[in-house]
Amino acid sequence: MIHSLFLINNAGDIFLEKHWKSVISRSVCDYFFEAQDKAGEPDNVSPVIRTPHHYLINIYREKIFFVSVIQTEVPPLFVIEFLHRVAEMFQDYFGECSEVAIKDNVVIVYELLEEMLDNGFPLATESNILKELIKPPTILRSMVNTITGSSNVGETLPTGQLSTIPWRRAGVKYTNNEAYFDVVEEIDAILDKSGTTVFAEIQGVIDACVKLSGMPDLTLSFMNPRLLDDVSFHPCVRFKRWESERVLSFIPPDGNFRLMSYHVNAQNLVAIPVYVRQNINFFETGSSGRVDITVGPKQTMGKTVENVIVTIHMPKVVLSANLTATQGTYTYDPVTKILVWDIGKLNQQKLPNLKGSLSLQSGAPKPEENPSLNIDLKIQQLAISGLKVNRLDMYVEKYKPFKGVKYVTKAGKFQKNWELACHEGLLRLTDLVWSSFTLMKNIPFLF
Amino acid sequence: MLESTKESLKLEAMKRVVGLIARGKNASELFPAVVKNVASKNIELKKLVYVYLVRYAEEQQDLALLSISTFQRALKDPNQLIRASALRVLSSIRVPIIVPIMMLAIKEAATDLSPYVRKTAAHAIQKLYSLDPDQKEHLVEVIEKLLKDKSTLVAGSVVMAFEEVCPERIDLIHKNYRKLCNLLMDVEEWGQVVIINMLTRYARTQFVSPWRQDGVFEENSEKAFYDSDEEKKEGAAQTKPYVMDPDHRLLLRNTKPLLQSRNTAVVMSVAQLYWHLAPKHEVSVVTKSLVRLLRSHREVQYVVLQNIATMSIQRKGMFEPFMKSFYVRSTDATHIKTLKLEILTNLANEANISTILREFQTYVKSQDKAFAAATIQAIGRCATNISEITDACLNGLVLLLSNRDETVVAESVVVIKKLLQTQPSQHSDIIKHMAKLFDNITVRRRFIERSPSILWLIGEYCEHVPRIAPDVLRKMAKTFTSEEDIVKLQTVNLAAKLYLTNSKQTKLLTQYILNLGKYDQNYDIRDRTRFIRQLIVPNEKSGALSKYARRILLAPKPAPVLQSAFKDRDRFQLGTLSHTLNSKATGYLELSDWPDVAPDQSVRNVEVVEAVRINTRSDCYYMSGMSGMFDRVLSVLPVSPAAVTMPKSSILSPSLLSDLEGLSLSSSTTPVSSPVFVPVRPHELLHRMTGKGLAAQYHFPRQPCIYGDHMVSVQLTFNNHGDHALEDIHISEKTSTGQSIHCFRPIERLEPEASVTVSVGVDFNDSTQAASFQLCSKTERFSVSIQPAVGELLLPVTMTEQDFSREQGKLVGMNESSATITMAPETVSSQPVSKKVVSVANVGVVPSGQDNVHRFAAKLVSSGTLVLVCVVQKDSSAQLTVNTERTVVGSMLLRELQTALSSAP
Repeated sequence: MIHSLFLINNAGDIFLEKHWKSVISRSVCDYFFEAQDKAGEPDNVSPVIRTPHHYLINIYREKIFFVSVIQTEVPPLFVIEFLHRVAEMFQDYFGECSEVAIKDNVVIVYELLEEMLDNGFPLATESNILKELIKPPTILRSMVNTITGSSNVGETLPTGQLSTIPWRRAGVKYTNNEAYFDVVEEIDAILDKSGTTVFAEIQGVIDACVKLSGMPDLTLSFMNPRLLDDVSFHPCVRFKRWESERVLSFIPPDGNFRLMSYHVNAQNLVAIPVYVRQNINFFETGSSGRVDITVGPKQTMGKTVENVIVTIHMPKVVLSANLTATQGTYTYDPVTKILVWDIGKLNQQKLPNLKGSLSLQSGAPKPEENPSLNIDLKIQQLAISGLKVNRLDMYVEKYKPFKGVKYVTKAGKFQKNWELACHEGLLRLTDLVWSSFTLMKNIPFLF
Repeated sequence: MLESTKESLKLEAMKRVVGLIARGKNASELFPAVVKNVASKNIELKKLVYVYLVRYAEEQQDLALLSISTFQRALKDPNQLIRASALRVLSSIRVPIIVPIMMLAIKEAATDLSPYVRKTAAHAIQKLYSLDPDQKEHLVEVIEKLLKDKSTLVAGSVVMAFEEVCPERIDLIHKNYRKLCNLLMDVEEWGQVVIINMLTRYARTQFVSPWRQDGVFEENSEKAFYDSDEEKKEGAAQTKPYVMDPDHRLLLRNTKPLLQSRNTAVVMSVAQLYWHLAPKHEVSVVTKSLVRLLRSHREVQYVVLQNIATMSIQRKGMFEPFMKSFYVRSTDATHIKTLKLEILTNLANEANISTILREFQTYVKSQDKAFAAATIQAIGRCATNISEITDACLNGLVLLLSNRDETVVAESVVVIKKLLQTQPSQHSDIIKHMAKLFDNITVRRRFIERSPSILWLIGEYCEHVPRIAPDVLRKMAKTFTSEEDIVKLQTVNLAAKLYLTNSKQTKLLTQYILNLGKYDQNYDIRDRTRFIRQLIVPNEKSGALSKYARRILLAPKPAPVLQSAFKDRDRFQLGTLSHTLNSKATGYLELSDWPDVAPDQSVRNVEVVEAVRINTRSDCYYMSGMSGMFDRVLSVLPVSPAAVTMPKSSILSPSLLSDLEGLSLSSSTTPVSSPVFVPVRPHELLHRMTGKGLAAQYHFPRQPCIYGDHMVSVQLTFNNHGDHALEDIHISEKTSTGQSIHCFRPIERLEPEASVTVSVGVDFNDSTQAASFQLCSKTERFSVSIQPAVGELLLPVTMTEQDFSREQGKLVGMNESSATITMAPETVSSQPVSKKVVSVANVGVVPSGQDNVHRFAAKLVSSGTLVLVCVVQKDSSAQLTVNTERTVVGSMLLRELQTALSSAP
């Protein structure tokens, strides 16, 4: 299966290598560099690369390439999924998955990789188990270790490894027992120039932070489970009960985890919470252009729209922008040609507006298309699909969990490639509005 | 630092060494210093040394051998983690000399009680196999053994080993097929992927195709229409309704919930299983899950889209409702955009083509030019597939010719060329239009460099554009010397074709070009020129060929077929690396075709005896396998029912037993261990004087009684000391005190001076009350009684030290009786203590870490109550503790032990 792993940074340095079988020379990465050169942008590197004797499967995360070397047939998703788990584990252990963090903790990284794979086959990938085997670094622990000489490595086999619930560790104890669930929803939408929805869908996840002692058995039920169209669960969720009763019944892992992700196919129901009026023109003569963009709220069910960010990918000929924003700040990066307008909270009374001129490379022909717009935004206390959690029950354990409300704001943490676009016909010159919306909601929980 | 005596310094040094390894620096010269630390007590240091060893052992084989003995010792460690990691490292050291040692270690570990160690053994099999393939035979035996394992932990790893070592031995799977299907839900996610892939292959060889039905049906309806009666009968036999093998159904049913897994690899493998195994109408259940995967990481999208592309060629309907999910986003990477385009093109049909084309029109204007070019090709494909829109597409493409971007224009020309080849006659105006573009010189230069195919096009259809073609040639001749090689070649071609069709206007031009070509620097062009000249210019030498020149150059060319690049990918199993690369990867295992006749399905039947046993003894355990996650909770309840319902553990297979051990977190799994051997101590039952010649003795053989679970086995020995034979010796008149006795078969005749031994079972109800009964011969009857010692009412129990202390913690207060005794000096060392205790009571020794503490565990025969004995030695005195719920038994045992221990041996 997975033969070796190389971590490569953006500059092309191999800063970590690990072999699970016999050693493979790092010259194998030359094939990767070749592919990288050809692809130009890091995102365009093909995830599967063939070399004369090996196959390279790579992922790109947090500006690091995880390149794994494969020698025989294996499902590529198997490797890709595993590499992502490795990246997530680094994130979990060091708070960030960056080159600096990995270099600083190289010994722990090595120990982790050693435990996660045996002979190229995944051995322990549950963070709860790994944390029992290898304790994550904290300042306090490293101090204690230097003084007492104790180690970071667990001496016994984690009980979870042997049981049928490998995600939970035994003997969990908290003085404050608490459980929080965040319902985060994202809308993917494509709008056309007039603002009509061409395509919209809602994707949601429920992230949980459960800090409960012992072996609690939880049951989470929804007011309107029928909304959920397609779901995928953390392995802890009992699928049979979901099928028959539409409730989530599970023994949770300890700490943060993603309980489920779901999909709401609500073609007609989705209310797009903002509108954009934009006017971007380039003049035939004079190497200049004009920008005029206005953003306004609509159908927000009384909630404030926050963290509004408009991103525009300008054509290559645009050299600089000279704009004034009535609200927020804008930046233009002349290298990547990206104009970012950070608006912040959307004000109902005074609509934010960005206006001004663009200067183009002189002599270059006028760009033939108008750039598209991406919009990020966030709304607290609102799940756009209308999904509501009904109640949470706990069995097996006797104590009362901490009663409280916790509002969590996680701006952009779950940001992926959601965005969308809208278009109109070809061969007529049209403006494109690419817009995207993120709605987030954190449902606080009362027991 | 490595030589230092301080652990912390060593650790620090090792950390630096590992840092070196991680950066790929050579640290091999430190080998001798590092190897010394392999026996270190510090577990972190030890692990780092392991990391180092595995990395460099292959280079320094001789030195690596020094560490082997440490691992061999660690393989016997009571801590399963240490056993497992020792095996891991031992098997990772790639030194051929130790192959026999590895083999031995693997065999041993494969029967280990801990499933974790067995899992490690399964991994080690693969390592050993890659080191020395000659060991295959033995390894297959181990794999066979491990495949029978019922632990979910082991299943994935052993199937992986199976795939690597002996994928052709499909016969090993038969007996385990159903078990694997049932366990699948509970196996860890990585194992699921491997097992599902293996089962897909297996099912393809073992079941008949569920798809055949449709095919046969159609065929048959035709046949019935016109064929004779006889053939109809034959047909009827074929259409015998297809019944799916229940095992086939089992597989499909058990994998379906896994579509909801969070692991994309699992979802993909289930999807390919359905694609390859399920009846056609059921395959669509996977669609939604696959579309869901598109929201995952970029790399996942890439692989999934590739698979969808292959699927969508054969089954458009599956993905059509989700068409909008394949709309391209501006932030997608280029390869993802191209794949989405591919899928959209595959999905196009008369109904949705207008929507798709509108979408394509947007893509053409994308800033990503490679993508725009791909879109143009996609438009071309749609145009050929759906004849209604060909004209519209052509017109659109022609408009694109005036695009400012060269890539777009060049690509359009190529696609137009292809389209025109399919129907050339009607489109002379398009060719004209293209030729006109030549007028703009600046455009033309760039344009032709990019796309010499426009020249080819004009040459091919020069009859349709009689006036423009010579003009183009004239312009080309002007710049011939400064053109690219490929353009020159095409110009020569064009000239030749024009010469044949329109020699009047172009004769001079052609000769000019041929002359230029003759002295070109490139030999290809020189060759071509010479060839063309011989072919078309008639002279005396080359009569034969030039006759056919027209037919050679202007032969009608077959139109190229525009088809998906994914057309031929379905020969590979979906979701595999080979499929992604579209070429056979090393180690790819072909998916066989369905067999015509299903092989014997009874091979999958597990022997009834075993099955029944499992079902009765561990219902609950099995259920947890069956109903998956739902029942997982069982295993975490403090007392697992599975564990409680296993009184006769000696019958259970060792693997199951260990499973139960692994499963339950509680200690109520208390397998009875074999009794410790003690010398027989006979007791008098009937003296020969009172028995009138018949003497009887009894003793406790300390074996589990064969007559009943709650009985103590007692052996009776009869001796005839009289001078005449005794006949019909038997037990009559059962006990008056309520104990039940299982009698022996009457002894028909006992000759003088002969003796006979029989065994009986007595249920003492855990009390020391004597069991009285009457012993009869033909003529006499004697009242006798058996007085059991308290120590004989026990059966030994095996448990670990931890379990012991936990159980002891539960039995305190009233349930604890203790005493301090002065030991006879001889008994101070450990050996005599356990000997003495064991001779008094039938208890099992608990392995102990301390020398001065001795622990023993047993349970009462009829009630099963635990009895724990603990002796803590302090110099010449000792603290004796007995813990049990039965306080009476406890105090009696204490008294007996007290006397035994304090007396001299």
